[in-house]
Parts: sequence; C-alpha cells; structure tokens
Amino acid sequence: MTDTPLLEITNVSKYFGSVIALQDITTKVGEAAVTCVLGDNGAGKSTFIKILAGVHQHDAGEFMVEGDAVRFSSPREALDRGIATVYQDLAVVRLMPVWRNFFLGSEIRKGKGPLARLDTDTMRKTAKAELLAMGIDLRDVDQPIGTLSGGERQCVAIARAVHFGAKVLILDEPTAALGVKQSGVVLKYIIQARERGLGVIFITHNPHHAYPVGDRFMLLKRGRSLGDFAKSEITREELTALMAGGAELEALSHELEGSGGAAAEAAQEIEAEVKGLNVQAAEEHLGQPTTERDTATAAAQAQEKA
Amino acid sequence: MTTTLSPPPPASADERVARVGLLRRLVVRPEIGSLIGAIVLFILFAALSSNFYALSGISNWLDPASLFGIMAVGVALLMIGGHFDLSAGVQTGTAGLVIAITTTQWGLNIWVALLLALAILLGIGFLNGYMVTRTGLPSFIITLATFLMLQGLNLAVTKLITGTVSVGGIATVPFFATIQPILASRISLFGVDFKIQIVWWIVITAIGAWVLAKTRFGNWTFAVGGDPVASRNVGVPAVRTTITLFMVVSACAWLVGALKLSVQTSVQTSQGFGEELIYIVAAVIGGCLLTGGYGSVIGASIGALIFGMTNQGIVYAGLDSDWFKFFLGAMLLLAVLSNQYVRRFAERTKR
Repeated sequence: MTDTPLLEITNVSKYFGSVIALQDITTKVGEAAVTCVLGDNGAGKSTFIKILAGVHQHDAGEFMVEGDAVRFSSPREALDRGIATVYQDLAVVRLMPVWRNFFLGSEIRKGKGPLARLDTDTMRKTAKAELLAMGIDLRDVDQPIGTLSGGERQCVAIARAVHFGAKVLILDEPTAALGVKQSGVVLKYIIQARERGLGVIFITHNPHHAYPVGDRFMLLKRGRSLGDFAKSEITREELTALMAGGAELEALSHELEGSGGAAAEAAQEIEAEVKGLNVQAAEEHLGQPTTERDTATAAAQAQEKA
Repeated sequence: MTTTLSPPPPASADERVARVGLLRRLVVRPEIGSLIGAIVLFILFAALSSNFYALSGISNWLDPASLFGIMAVGVALLMIGGHFDLSAGVQTGTAGLVIAITTTQWGLNIWVALLLALAILLGIGFLNGYMVTRTGLPSFIITLATFLMLQGLNLAVTKLITGTVSVGGIATVPFFATIQPILASRISLFGVDFKIQIVWWIVITAIGAWVLAKTRFGNWTFAVGGDPVASRNVGVPAVRTTITLFMVVSACAWLVGALKLSVQTSVQTSQGFGEELIYIVAAVIGGCLLTGGYGSVIGASIGALIFGMTNQGIVYAGLDSDWFKFFLGAMLLLAVLSNQYVRRFAERTKR
C-alpha cells in the first residue's frame, strides 16, 4: 500500500438548497482495500457516491484523488480518473448479449472510417476470458444478460469496470436485492477485485456483508458521519450495534408491545436483541454517541438496568 | 427476480453450449416469425393464383414492398432505439414536394434540389430527435405534432406557390435524364422489368442490418432502446444516438420521396399520409419490440414484403380488396402475439 490513498475525502458537505444532504464526511480508500459505507435508507449514501462518481459536486470540504484535489463535473471525468461506479441493477441493458453489455460504451473496433466495425470475435473472447478471470464461468456470452441472475449481472458489471482499468470501484448496494447465496457470490468478487489491487467502495446497509470484506468502515446517519473506523478499531458486534441503531429498535419494541398479542411477542424478541447488541458499550468504546436523542435513550436504558 | 439460481454445476463450457440446438437458435432470431409468415403467405397466394408467382406478378408486388421496405428499415432502427416517428409518412411527401416545387416552379437544378430536400429532411429529423431528447416527452406525442404540422405545411405551402394540390412536370426539367437511371430506371430480368427501387431497398436493408449488428452505432441503438439510463451510465452518448436515429428515418423518407417522384413524375400534397403506421406495422411484424431494445432490420424488410404481397395477392386471388386492411390487422395481431411468445421462449431456453 502506498502512502497516498487512492481517494481521500475530508469534511465533505453537500447541500440541496436548505437541505443538508451530507455534512463533514471523512474517509479514505487505499490501494487493494475495501472501504464500506454503511447507512440506512435516506442516510445519504447515494448522495455520497454521486459526488465520488461525478454526478454531484461537493459544496465544502476536500476530495482528493491520488493526492490531487478534484471536483468532477461529469461521470465521464470520474471514469477518466479511474473511478468506476456500478449502480444497483442500472449498469446493464437486459435484452443485450453479455459480451455487448461488457463492452458497451467502450467497444473494440477494427477497420477505418465508415467501415469501422465491431471486432466481435475479440470482444466475445475477451469478455469470456475476463469473466472467467473473475471466476464467472458463463455457458454462452451471447445470451441476453437479463437471463443471468442478479448476482451474476452485478459480477459482469464489476468485471467490466476492472477490465477497463478502474482503480477505484464504487458498488452501490450490490447485495441489496440478492438472496444469501447470491450475496456471497458478489462478496467473493469484491474480494477478488481487492486482490487485483483495486480500491473498492462498498455501499451497503448490511453490516454482516460489510464486516467480512471491509478494511475500513464509514457509517452514515441522516447525512452525518457516525465515524470512520479501520477494521482494527471496531468489532463486528460494535458495527452491528451502531448500524442497527439500538434506540430505534427499542422504540419499535415499545410500539409493538402496545399493540399486544403476537406483536408483543415480537417486541420481546427485539428487546432481547437490543440487549445482545449492547449499543451502549459499543458507543462508549468508540466514543461516538449516535445522536443526542440516542444518547438520551441509552442513558434511560442504563438507569432501567440499574 | 431470480435470487435462488445457483452458479451452474461445473461442467465443460462446450457441453453446456451444445444444449442450445439449431432449432432454438433459429427460433430466437427476431425476424424468424416474419420469415415464416412471408413463406406461408407466398404459398397461400400462389395456390390461389398462378399470376402471383409469375415473374411479372413478383415484380408487381415488389414495387410497393420496396418503398415501404426502405422506410421500414429506418423506422425499425428507430424503434429498436426506443422511439416512434409518426411524421415519417408525410416526410416522404415533404421531400417530393420540395424537389418538385423548387425545380418546376423556380428552375433549380435537380441535383441541387435533391440536396436541398435532403438538408431540409435531415433538419426535420434533427428537430424531432432534439425535441424528444430535450423534453423527455414520449416520441409518440412529439412526432404526432410534427406529423400534423408537416401535413399542414405540405398542403398550405404547395397551394400558396402552385395554386394546386399536385405538382407535376418533373420529367421535363433539365437534367432529369441524369437522375432517371439512378431513381427511376428499370432492370430487365428474363423479359420482365423490375424497378430500380427494388435494388435500393435491398441495398438499404443490407446497410441497415450491417450497421445494427456490426457497428458501434448499432450497439448504441440497442442500448439506448433497451435501457437509456444504464447506457448513459456506461458512457453511451444517448442523446446523440437518438437524434441520429430520427435523422436516419428522415433520410429514408427523402430517398422514398425522391424515388416516388421520379417514377410517377408528379407528387400529391397528401403523399405519405397514413403510411407511417404501415412502417410501424412492418417493423413489428419483423420482430421489433414496441418497447425498444430488440428487433431486426431484415425482419422489418420482410414485414414490408408481407405488406406488398398481401396488397397485390388479394387482387390476384380475386378477393375483394376491401378485406386488405382486415388481413393486415390480423397479421399484426398474430405477429405481436408470436413475438411475445418467441421472446419468452428465447429467454427461458437460454438460461
């Protein structure tokens, strides 16, 4: 690993009019490292990746690529700096064959002038070989990509980004719509991309997917950072506790208790889980109370216990 | 979607490919439905009338098929790119009228008039494409507007300049003899005359098919029609591709307008009106999906052939030609249903 990280984001903020979408976000991505960005719906994950991908521009703070301060005005610029974004299921054209999808936008051609034509043989072979290198063994690269499973589609998009010289790979919730097995497949390719020396930004709301592959974890909540931790600084339990937002689960359990019957049973289950998570201990260890409201509830919880 | 599909069991790649048989490979081609339809129709009409398959009969039904075929190529490309052009029909009229009026009324050189008409038509195509991409409105409504506007212009401007609804006398303008061999000559085969427009049709179809399958532009056409957001995300210039496709349709309309004018030596202000739907019918019979992203130029040409065969075949068979539109509608319905089935079949068997 070199001294300058591939990407370094320092105190970046983004405003949409009077709405604060992101405030003081800090994290970094090194070579051959995976940085996980965790957060619930509406936490600002999409805004964050859109700044990195060149769709939005940050309003404050610093965004450095390999030591240079940058401000991308288009996704193309980000691509040219080696930052490739794989959007959740928005990266492929379903009716098109796998190999055409693989080279879409960067087709290999032969011949000159008006006779320039697609080098279909080379593209077919390259696509097959590149996918195989990522461990995806396809029956036929001519099949429409829509016939592949969700996990396989994500993997084709990842393999494509790797082939076209991406240094940093941004994955927008690649496992969100997938089952357990398929998620595992995608995680495997994330590790493979890291092995090949890429920096990976892995956006997810699932700490169980993030912890095994991540080297660094940045947690987002309501547009603010809950902290940016190296793997050595945080345990899986602490990460889960921060993500789950113990206080919110507790509020939910109270609500369910009120409704009685089967809901009350569920409430007890959740309460047990909250205790298991030990949110308070995690926060104390990390010195990062999630929000003021959360601290208050945590204090109340502590009193209750006492 | 499919979250349960596990990675395929380890087996040699070749073995798994071999499971897709020749029949299935054929059936999943988008144009196969139209090809079967064309063969069935040919046999049917040939059984009803021997004139239908005589060379002179073939020449007869290739005539309308070729002009519709040229348009169907452009319209199919645009449909694969995810859009419609309802103004395509009246654009052929606009092209013919521009050439006829500028040459017969103002004495413009016919070659200059051809180029001028091409420039105007490309401008119309550009405007269509620009408005569709700029507003994000459905192309259906944008081109419906240009369709109505052009229909009005064709009539109003022609009447303003010539005082009639028909412009003739193109055969007498200077240098008409120089364009005639290209646009209005006949080729004799076994003693039967075939119009040169049939050659144009075959050439345009071949170019269209090649562009679609073998060029970067063809790849982008499939992509913007299949999923505009995803194609933009991977760097396809979606706006440029869409505008170009509209201009391709206009260029086809220019060629058809010029061909028709040269053959008939006159043009009506109503020319092309109502034909836009026939182009779309041909493209759909040829396997183009209405939603874009899938289809075939060759299929669309065969769709136009089906149109031509039915058009003349009904007459040869001694049937009342009033039934023609009914047959056309029935074929369209059949084509849409079989396309849907074929596509599902294709996606299932290739899994």
